[in-house]
Amino acid sequence: MLKNRLIPCLDVKNGRVVKGINFVDLQDAGDPVEQAKIYSEGGADEICFLDITASNENRDTIYEVVEKTSKKCFVPLTVGGGVRSVGDINKLLNCGADKVSINTAAVQNPEVVVESSKKFGSQCIVVAIDAKKNVDMWEIFTHGGRNKTGINAIEFAKKMEESGAGELLVTSMDRDGTQAGYDIELMSKISSKVNIPVIASGGVGNLDHLVDGIKLGNASAVLAASIFHYGKYSIKEAKEYLDSKGIPVRI
Amino acid sequence: MNISIVDYKSGNISSVINSFKEVAKDKVKIEVTSDLIEIKSSDKVVLPGQGSFKSCVDGLNKINGLVETLNEFAITNKKPLFGICVGLQMFADIGYEETETKGLGWISGKVSKIDNQNGKYKLPHIGWNQINIVKESKIFKGIENNSHMYFVHSYEFIPEDESVIMATTDYSSKIVCAVEKENLFGTQFHPEKSDKLGIKMIENFLSL
Repeated sequence: MLKNRLIPCLDVKNGRVVKGINFVDLQDAGDPVEQAKIYSEGGADEICFLDITASNENRDTIYEVVEKTSKKCFVPLTVGGGVRSVGDINKLLNCGADKVSINTAAVQNPEVVVESSKKFGSQCIVVAIDAKKNVDMWEIFTHGGRNKTGINAIEFAKKMEESGAGELLVTSMDRDGTQAGYDIELMSKISSKVNIPVIASGGVGNLDHLVDGIKLGNASAVLAASIFHYGKYSIKEAKEYLDSKGIPVRI
Repeated sequence: MNISIVDYKSGNISSVINSFKEVAKDKVKIEVTSDLIEIKSSDKVVLPGQGSFKSCVDGLNKINGLVETLNEFAITNKKPLFGICVGLQMFADIGYEETETKGLGWISGKVSKIDNQNGKYKLPHIGWNQINIVKESKIFKGIENNSHMYFVHSYEFIPEDESVIMATTDYSSKIVCAVEKENLFGTQFHPEKSDKLGIKMIENFLSL
């Protein structure tokens, strides 16, 4: 039986983890490789790096980080943030990323999704959708949530499936950082509209939120960042909790 | 020992390279190559594959003499070869992804789209699924039945002769996920991304 996936996400800036596990025994709390290893040893089903590097000059450091991590972590590694072109995707894959998540570029130029999924296969193309509730629809935002687009997130999700995306990473901007739980309505609407897996993101504050994302939001995978930072919960605890709630997970 | 990972521009093979190198350490030499002489002289070959069946077959055909070299290696000389994902699928006679495409014809059978029961099951089949080991195989040494492996695919290999099936996995139907025929080994899942147990399988292949 196919298991639901639990994906911890690490924010990486200029090659260092800026929000990550703050364990006392960690030699270097900013080393992405070390943190990714802890997650993968704890049973993470995949690891996600979000590159939040501000300046273009420091962009190249993410390639080094991916290269080092992929030599030590043998679960799938997804990298997102600042991916603009087929060339960027190619570079990340060559460094050892297994999947690349595309956000702004997919909205501005959906051809990137068409072209890259043809070239590298749908399995490595994740489209990240950042959406905010706007009266009667969920609207897509780009550039890390700064720019509104007027695009309906649910219709866009369908379009991305048709363009060749292998998975959708759906983040509710209303919930992101609130620890109030996923936007279940958004997740379930998108999940029922498309036939590719949906990864729920944005808003996890406790382990019940993960359960809801799968049970109510129909997500195939649940992504979380801050509950794993500072060691509030470990991956193992989260998986055991999901299991105790009858959700099929890899333990 | 020399192992060649066949580089025929089949998409992203860096995880395959990393995991084999991790297992090989200094004991085994791992070459990532499309050089026919190098492939011929190696002890074992790994045939990775990502993207569509057609794009992978096209990729093999684009390198002059590669298919003949692989045939000689695997069929005439019967040296160990491990196909991963589309690398395994290409063992078949024919594949139906994009368009009808001839495979290597090493194990009779076809590669067709997974029947997802009219959308009841999502495709691709992505994530960790359990394998049902139906037959003893050297590459499953130390791996228990119902172990989890990482899958990502929309097409499945359906061999004519069921005796080559080493393991299946349950999704919308029973999917063949590991085969063995004499010196040919193949997995639909990705051992290189399947954590410790995947690494163990790679170790098993290296120590054949």
